[in-house]
Amino acid sequence: MIKIDNLHKKFGKNEVLKGVDLNIPEKGIFAVLGPNGSGKTTLIKSILGMVVPDKGKIFIKGKETQQNGAYRSDIDYLPQIANFPNNLGVKELIKMIKDLRGVNADYDELIKVFKLEPFLNKKLNNLSGGTKQKVNIVLTFMFDSQIVILDEPTTGLDPVALIHLKNLIKKEKEKGKTILVTSHIMSFVEEISDEIVFILEGKIYFKGNLQELREKTGEADFEHAIANLLMKDHA
Amino acid sequence: MLKILKYSFFDLIRSRWSYVYLLFYLLLGFVLLFLNEDLSKAVITLMNVIIILVPLIGTIFGVMYYYDSKEFTELLLAQPVKRSSIFIGQYLGVSLSLVMSLVIGLGLPFVFYGLFQSSAIFDFTLLLVTGALLTLAFTAIAFNIALYNENKIKGFSYAILMWLFMAVIYDGLFLMFLVIFDTYPLDKFSLIATMLNPIDLSRILILLKLDIAALLGYTGAIFKEFFGTNTGLFSALGALMIWVVLPVFNIYRKSKKKDF
Ligand SMILES: Nc1ncnc2c1ncn2[C@@H]1O[C@H](COP(=O)(O)OP(=O)(O)OP(=O)(O)O)[C@@H](O)[C@H]1O
Ligand SMILES: [Mg+2]
Repeated sequence: MIKIDNLHKKFGKNEVLKGVDLNIPEKGIFAVLGPNGSGKTTLIKSILGMVVPDKGKIFIKGKETQQNGAYRSDIDYLPQIANFPNNLGVKELIKMIKDLRGVNADYDELIKVFKLEPFLNKKLNNLSGGTKQKVNIVLTFMFDSQIVILDEPTTGLDPVALIHLKNLIKKEKEKGKTILVTSHIMSFVEEISDEIVFILEGKIYFKGNLQELREKTGEADFEHAIANLLMKDHA
Repeated sequence: MLKILKYSFFDLIRSRWSYVYLLFYLLLGFVLLFLNEDLSKAVITLMNVIIILVPLIGTIFGVMYYYDSKEFTELLLAQPVKRSSIFIGQYLGVSLSLVMSLVIGLGLPFVFYGLFQSSAIFDFTLLLVTGALLTLAFTAIAFNIALYNENKIKGFSYAILMWLFMAVIYDGLFLMFLVIFDTYPLDKFSLIATMLNPIDLSRILILLKLDIAALLGYTGAIFKEFFGTNTGLFSALGALMIWVVLPVFNIYRKSKKKDF
């Protein structure tokens, strides 16, 4: 579904991605892990065309991504940091994004699930961090695209919202979608992901499912297995 | 692109500053016309205000809007929209709303004054066209400056300096140059120096049309001599349009390569 070929990206002197090759299969939840600053967001933004790679190619559904961005209609994206236009209300923003996409959007159910009704007419800069994240989630899941990319979806959510989020993700998976997610919450990753990739120093350091990770590191506990990956390399 | 233009345009139309700007021109137009019985004098005063103020407003609104809509831009970048549409759409949203304030703000008083029966209508129309082109040019230049500077304070300072240079310093340097090198033939130099500054260009353009020899000044006289009044007028207008096209093209070019 998503194929990445020899992707390179540097910001000034900072080489973030140094030749990433990755093949993301059609169905399932795919977790991208790695320490802070390892380039997860950069990788995701390259897929979306928000970051312009120095080298390498990206294919979506077998077609190379184009400058015109039309392929983005196949992708629902949840950004890591939800920056919204401050002078808009929640409802206005939802309507605007829907209008810009020009497709159908189902947000009533999502607004109910995340209890956003009281905030619909509030301006976005007056919302709490977690509430903003809920709006962010609504904006992502209200569309029904084949690919869903979630960059740190759990940030700031309370336990109830977190459960709703997990259910949402699972429901999307059952529809046969390709879901790409990053997170530092290991229990979350362990619960939802089918396959993980671990990025370290600009390269794919590990790719496989949870079982393979346990075998490779000799750690039964997922959190320890990841920590083991991290520490081995830094030693 | 039209959708983005629409959102940016209405975003600005809703803002208080657009009204302040519009009101200012309304006031200026009425005061000038009713105090000045002479229409062509009013046009000259207006010209002096327009060629300094319009670039300043275009510059300030341009940088401010770019930085203020950063979040909106980020949101748009993840949508199936062309990058160039996002930036050109926002640029047109800002510049067209400013042009609208200018045209309505100055147009209304003149209509009340009975402009349509007067022979000054062409002078006045040219004044508005020049104001519109200046708005388009300086908003585009401001967008460029903002695109190259992540830092808001820096971008803002550069933009203001750019305006100061074009509106004030440039003329000073130019005059100094003329005085120092007054033994050389400076026709071509003056011509080119004028083309390189949209504000000077606008002044010449309007004065050529008004055809007031006393006000034309050195460069104006050269323009007239070099091209004749009509060709001079059109070449100045053409040069001013290039000042719009080039920065807009660079917005298109630069925005394609930028990381967000
Ligand atoms: N627009 C940019 N300009 C300059 N440097 C950038 C830019 N975006 C990211 N970087 C740098 O690239 C590196 C990777 O950043 P990235 O956001 O991809 O990390 P990440 O893996 O998502 O980290 P985190 O877990 O903290 O979200 C960092 O060193 C960051 O400073
Ligand atoms: Mg990140």
